[in-house]
Amino acid sequence: MRHLYAALVAVSTGILIFAGGLVTSTESGLSVPDWPNTYGYFMFFFPLDKMVGGIRFEHTHRLIASTVGFLILVLAAWLWRSEPRRWVRRLGYIALAAVITQGILGGITVLWYLPDPISIAHASLAQIVFCLTMTIALVTSPGWTRAYAVEKGTPLRRSGRQGPAPDDLMLRRVAAVTTALIYLQIVVGATMRHTGAGLAIPDFPLMFGQLIPPHWDAKIAIHFAHRVGALIAALAILATTGHVFYHHRTRKELTRPSILLLALLVTQITLGALTVLSHKQFIINSLHVVTGASVLVTSLVLTLRAHRARFLSDVRRADASASADTRLGRLAGDHA
Amino acid sequence: MHPIVRVLACAALLTAMLGAACGGGASEETSASKTAAPVANPVDPNTASAITGVITLQGTPPPSLPINMSSDPYCMKHGAAPTPTFVVSDGGLENVFIYVKDGLGTMKFPVPTKPVVLDQKGCTYSPRVLGVQVGQSLDIVNSDETLHNVHALPMANREFNRGQSLQGMKFTTTFTAPEVMLPFKCDVHKWMNAWVGVLEHPFYAVSGKAGAFALAGLPPGTYTIEAWHEKLGSQTQQVTIGAKESKTISFVFKV
Repeated sequence: MRHLYAALVAVSTGILIFAGGLVTSTESGLSVPDWPNTYGYFMFFFPLDKMVGGIRFEHTHRLIASTVGFLILVLAAWLWRSEPRRWVRRLGYIALAAVITQGILGGITVLWYLPDPISIAHASLAQIVFCLTMTIALVTSPGWTRAYAVEKGTPLRRSGRQGPAPDDLMLRRVAAVTTALIYLQIVVGATMRHTGAGLAIPDFPLMFGQLIPPHWDAKIAIHFAHRVGALIAALAILATTGHVFYHHRTRKELTRPSILLLALLVTQITLGALTVLSHKQFIINSLHVVTGASVLVTSLVLTLRAHRARFLSDVRRADASASADTRLGRLAGDHA
Repeated sequence: MHPIVRVLACAALLTAMLGAACGGGASEETSASKTAAPVANPVDPNTASAITGVITLQGTPPPSLPINMSSDPYCMKHGAAPTPTFVVSDGGLENVFIYVKDGLGTMKFPVPTKPVVLDQKGCTYSPRVLGVQVGQSLDIVNSDETLHNVHALPMANREFNRGQSLQGMKFTTTFTAPEVMLPFKCDVHKWMNAWVGVLEHPFYAVSGKAGAFALAGLPPGTYTIEAWHEKLGSQTQQVTIGAKESKTISFVFKV
């Protein structure tokens, strides 16, 4: 139940990122000049018939953000009350602090007329909140606490050779680096969006008809960095997923996110190209944002699963806790 | 603390700090000429001169496409046709801001007490191009039954963004520094744009019917006159006028 709720929170965070993408893509960030009120109304009492033009995007984003904030508050409280693992409880507190900070950054960026650093920080912290909620959803799942990570080496090749053990140092490293690179790429993308560099290079796949832009300014450099970043992130994803398919093809908990990651990568590159070619059509642009976030959290899930062997003590503790609960339950039953 | 918790916490903290550390914050009051404006006009009316002229447009401007106002039912129903970028009447180009850019030296001029009005009517700004003196009141009025935000995007003055949710709301502001041109926009209705020329003197005009304009009451001298158009940029001319002289000039913009 708690896992399902955490998954709901994670999905809601993804929807919130899409709504935020719509605000930026339609340049509606300042269509509501005040914060936390909306045109002087308490946010939840703002009349629906006044939601016109850019207000539809900005006010809806605020409403979804408030809902997600409340959901995370409940999640943190739930973890505090019932989660035996201290670090998971802490994840809940950090997610709560992050979403509150995120809300404040959102308010500040409106009141200060969208200064680039604040807007970029707002976009980047959104990804962290998504990562936190997704992590909580993952580590509270039944699959996580099931002990498949403790299995010994799995036969991988037809030759019958034993493949690497589930705790694969190389996979851990390459997956972690991939996730970090994707996050950096998203931060560069946020910088590109908020500095208005999205069409600084107007063609795709070439750049001003060439492989390297023939002239440079700050916006072209940011845009170019995002394209190079896409290439690097794509290579990193191919390296990670290639490693999974070569060494761990029987481990579904790794191959499934790898397949999803590859599918999202193809989708994301297509959306990136379409964003340029459609001159930043706002829905395509926003889908590019939320797909980027999905690439990040999928890579994070893969990374965390690659690190599962390091959580054995937590698994044992959870098992012990569950056993104790069962024993207590039996004792209570016997007593009754 | 668990490594994952540590990594995610650090990332969140760093991201938040990035924003907090780099945030520019609200813009400060810009440095403006703080010397008090004189009460009397320093120009001797016996020597005052005038520059008149027309703005013409060469070439065929692109057709002005209808604006999609479907994002606001009120604007769909009551919206006036937005003023197109190129308003041509009798071969003259309207909505060009003409002003004395240079030549007045250190002369100071009184600030008019009558405010300039920028109205939001039919989901457009009226007028689209206007001038105001430093320190003079600009009344921004909402005559629509829908809400607007008034967002000024200055370079030399203080940025502001005010919501006007009710019909009849008025917001009065002044500017502290000269700025040509200072853009206004409504973020609710993307098609709404206006430009305000802020000057330290009263010698400005906006071309009207047939592209005509007049700069009256100028002291004799040599002036740089600039004409600004929202799409076609700026042009300048040097004009010398004597006492009680009236000179005619023209600007030709090409598309």
